[in-house]
Amino acid sequence: MTYTALAILGCVIVVALDLWAFRTRLVTRRVFWTAYAIIVFFQLLTNGVLTGLRIVRYNNDAIIGSSTPGTFGNTSDGLPPFLGDGRIAYAPIEDLFFGFALVTLTLVLWIYWGRRGVQREPQSGPPRFSRRHPPSP
Amino acid sequence: MREDEVVRFSYVGVLAFILVGTLWLEVFLRTRVFRRWLRLVLSIMPVVVIFCLWDLYAIASGHWDFDVTRITGVYLPGGLPIDEVLFFVVVPLAAILALEGVRSVKRGRAGWEAGDEADKKDDAL
Repeated sequence: MTYTALAILGCVIVVALDLWAFRTRLVTRRVFWTAYAIIVFFQLLTNGVLTGLRIVRYNNDAIIGSSTPGTFGNTSDGLPPFLGDGRIAYAPIEDLFFGFALVTLTLVLWIYWGRRGVQREPQSGPPRFSRRHPPSP
Repeated sequence: MREDEVVRFSYVGVLAFILVGTLWLEVFLRTRVFRRWLRLVLSIMPVVVIFCLWDLYAIASGHWDFDVTRITGVYLPGGLPIDEVLFFVVVPLAAILALEGVRSVKRGRAGWEAGDEADKKDDAL
């Protein structure tokens, strides 16, 4: 299977696990999407370094776009496109699906174990120095 | 250090950046993720296994490869760079810290439940 197919399949499987196997229903929750928005911003940043510096290089047989320059038969030189040719922030768009599957599976398992009563406590927060949550005496 | 010895740490440098960017949440937002170490291990371990298998398949199938000058050069059996294995530990840890960071800030507010609260009533397991 291509990376494109595997990455989409990975997302479908993880969402199915979330909704019907573990029943954590994270994809229906505001807290999940808020955290994911923060995570995906930093994914674009850090993955942009990994792919833009060509630390990880991709094969055009496996992705929508072209191979990373200088690898897998691509003889051009320099950076991969920042945007376009199946890439976003230098990375193949497949990486966004890969990242969603990776992050969401992790958070589904984390919430699943909490629901099962494995170290549900101590809960997160309150933040230090929070005016809305003054320190208890 | 010679330049190529520094460049070898490009990949793990990115991982260090992710750690620096998230570990402060444990202190300043009191996410208490490390206090829940067993739950953390049980959540991350399956992810490491599944995504290392995916990675091994992708490398074997020629989906992607690595610039050997920019990774540590330490490999697991099967040809998986240790940098990649660490990625599958660091990123899930960062994701959990981010989720619990949001929960810390939104603590006590209606509509921000994640489903593992002790008093969940209409939320049958």
